[in-house]
Amino acid sequence: MPVPKRKTSKSVGRKRRTHQKTSAPNVSTCSECGEPKEMHRACKACGTYKGRKVIQIDED
Amino acid sequence: MRHRKSGVKLSRTSSHRKAMFRNMVTSLFKHESINTTDVKAKELRKWADSMITLAKRGDLHARRQALSVIKEKDVVHKLFEEAQERFAAISGGYTRITKIGFRAGDAASMSIIELVGPKPAAKTAKKKPAAKAVSASPAPEVKPEVEPEV
Repeated sequence: MPVPKRKTSKSVGRKRRTHQKTSAPNVSTCSECGEPKEMHRACKACGTYKGRKVIQIDED
Repeated sequence: MRHRKSGVKLSRTSSHRKAMFRNMVTSLFKHESINTTDVKAKELRKWADSMITLAKRGDLHARRQALSVIKEKDVVHKLFEEAQERFAAISGGYTRITKIGFRAGDAASMSIIELVGPKPAAKTAKKKPAAKAVSASPAPEVKPEVEPEV
């Protein structure tokens, strides 16, 4: 059965992993309160989604 | 091949899955809206829609079929009382799902699933638990101070 001739060096392994990246989430602004919010999700600051109250936020 | 196999397994046995969705659909009709994961919410729609279809039919056989799914009798009878007028104008798609973020712990995408249509008047006042006492409740209308459902 064929096997690798050499151990993969630290350098080669790390170079391979340079392309494994996380990306920042897409963020938009809430149309109600202007706070940054995740797209397609209810605003965590004011609890609305598309102008409709979805979650009860305590402070108001 | 999974051709024409609809539904989700959710890593559960079929009995576990059935029991879970029966519990969830009971909770949904009891509390109007529940928080759950996206995937469960999307599957729950089917259960909720079929229950409301039975409730709109409203005969004894339909009621017994609903009783065989929904785990609390009171919930079934309340649903059968309301559904005729509440969902009269809607034919299918009786629930609304809104995503609300990610769960701490396993980062599962969570959402709120709720019933659409005007809420019956007794149900909107959360502080009054005596909603059930009013059996023959007059036309359920949204209270004026409550923001209108879109």
